[in-house]
Amino acid sequence: MSQKTYDRQNPAFYALLVALVLMAIGPIYLMLATSLKLNVDIMSENSSWLFMPTLRNYETALCDFLWYEPEHLRRCDPTFGRALTNSLIIGLISTAITLIIGTMAAYALVRFRFMGRDVVSIWTLMMRMVPPAVLLVPVFGIWTFQFGIDGTRAGIILVYVALNLPFVIWILQSFIVQVPIQLEEAARMDGAGPFQVFFLVVLPLIKPGIAAASIFTFRVAWNEFLLANALSDRNSRTVPVTIVNSLTEFDIDWGVIMATGMLLAIPPIIFTFVASRQIITGMTAGAVKG
Amino acid sequence: MSTARANRLTPYLFLAPAGIVLLVALFYPICYMIYASFLDWNPSQRIGEADFVGIRNYTKLFSDDAFRESMWVTLKFAAIVVTLEMVIGVGLAMLLDRNIRGMSLLRTLFILPMMIAPIVVGLMWRYMYHPTVGIFNQTLESWGFAPIPWLSDGGWAFTSVIIADVWQWTPFIFILSLAALQSLPSSAIEASKIDGATGWQQIIYIKLPLMLPVLIVTLLLRLIDSFKVLEVILVMTNGGPGLSTEILSIRINRTASEFRELGEAAAMSNLLLIVLLILTFAMFIYNKAQEIRAERMRAAEEEA
Repeated sequence: MSQKTYDRQNPAFYALLVALVLMAIGPIYLMLATSLKLNVDIMSENSSWLFMPTLRNYETALCDFLWYEPEHLRRCDPTFGRALTNSLIIGLISTAITLIIGTMAAYALVRFRFMGRDVVSIWTLMMRMVPPAVLLVPVFGIWTFQFGIDGTRAGIILVYVALNLPFVIWILQSFIVQVPIQLEEAARMDGAGPFQVFFLVVLPLIKPGIAAASIFTFRVAWNEFLLANALSDRNSRTVPVTIVNSLTEFDIDWGVIMATGMLLAIPPIIFTFVASRQIITGMTAGAVKG
Repeated sequence: MSTARANRLTPYLFLAPAGIVLLVALFYPICYMIYASFLDWNPSQRIGEADFVGIRNYTKLFSDDAFRESMWVTLKFAAIVVTLEMVIGVGLAMLLDRNIRGMSLLRTLFILPMMIAPIVVGLMWRYMYHPTVGIFNQTLESWGFAPIPWLSDGGWAFTSVIIADVWQWTPFIFILSLAALQSLPSSAIEASKIDGATGWQQIIYIKLPLMLPVLIVTLLLRLIDSFKVLEVILVMTNGGPGLSTEILSIRINRTASEFRELGEAAAMSNLLLIVLLILTFAMFIYNKAQEIRAERMRAAEEEA
């Protein structure tokens, strides 16, 4: 079980590894390469691996945020910039809310014995499986006619919080169970109230779980299309909605659309590299015990 | 003990915010949808103005060829992708379960396809499948083959959609089964080695049976998720050509936004929800059964 020595493998094995890695990230590389090409290069019959990279597509997409006027643009289209702001606001706020109320609920489910605890657990597990497509009709109807929050960011945030809560509660439970109860009892002996125990003792100990849960929550809010499409109006559209809208137009500007796709993909890619271990923990928490 | 009694309300206080949100924004909409599936309702009406039509939406669905076709496409899609992903994912895990340098980097690269927005995944594949500028047809042409109508022919479109999904989700199965493999008791594997088992015999008689509980949960999780796939297919084909890739979620979206039949869309959502609930329930029962079995074995060990 020494950790520093590795077995030697035969060359075919390494060839297979390289092929797998190429297959996994090839499409992502292609998107990146396309987003750095001029349309002339994209449309040319013989795609060469050598081209002059240009940031022009990104300038087009982000023209709203630039301090200078890109010279190739006659008119700046603010759609994407606005969508990016919306996506960021919706993603961050819904993640924060979900995490706060989700941890509290998970803590209550693990630590306190109270009536109806099992019922609550089963219901959260069931709710976890509800796909966005199922919520499309009722959420559209209720948000529009009863709550009157269609077309606002708050409306979209509310759906995302509800959609993510069951998963967050479920995953955080498995982390809270591992916190030694003696710690909490000691804090209570020293005179801490239940809220103090929760915020000052439990929360710092389950940081890895919170990291995993917030990555998953943010990812859903950042990537979701269907509900955002049904609930948003011109001013609250998120990035996925604008991407799909620009696709339905006749002539697809592949360079710009790949640049917007790349911008949408960058935050999840960064998360993956920074916190891959937490993500894998989160993924395996349900299926593989221990 | 007295503090515990004084704090009897705390669990409910901790639970209340989450409970209220779930009730208002998840539970209530689902009840609303069940009710709406019995209405003839279009998006410009308030729900009170819609006519109650009983089970007409459901009877209409079952006699509707397009719906039956989309149900069939959904089931076919789920069955094929889950089988392919299980075979490839578990196979790769067996192959790569070795002590090699850079395994964690490899795993990180493999999760990338799952983390990126499904919209973007659809976009990448649509570009790669593009009839003239896409990499597949360009490669085929440079090798002297005829180009393939990836997304414009019904049969090919279905295949293309499956390839994209396999690309995106095989890593999920790979990572879960690798974790399962690495948590197997090494004593069993070493014992089989001493008894002279070959690599294949080890896999078939020792590793696979020991991994089975994890594999079954993985399979159910993946099956549930495969019914939720929407965005990738929406971007690539939007359900077409014809109905060849129109899975149920896309059909629900179209019925609601294009045909403006909210009642019918609600009835479809209901059916989808029932399928998912059955699968979830199966998983729940399986987990419980496993726990009970583990407990019984522990009890038996203690007695012995």
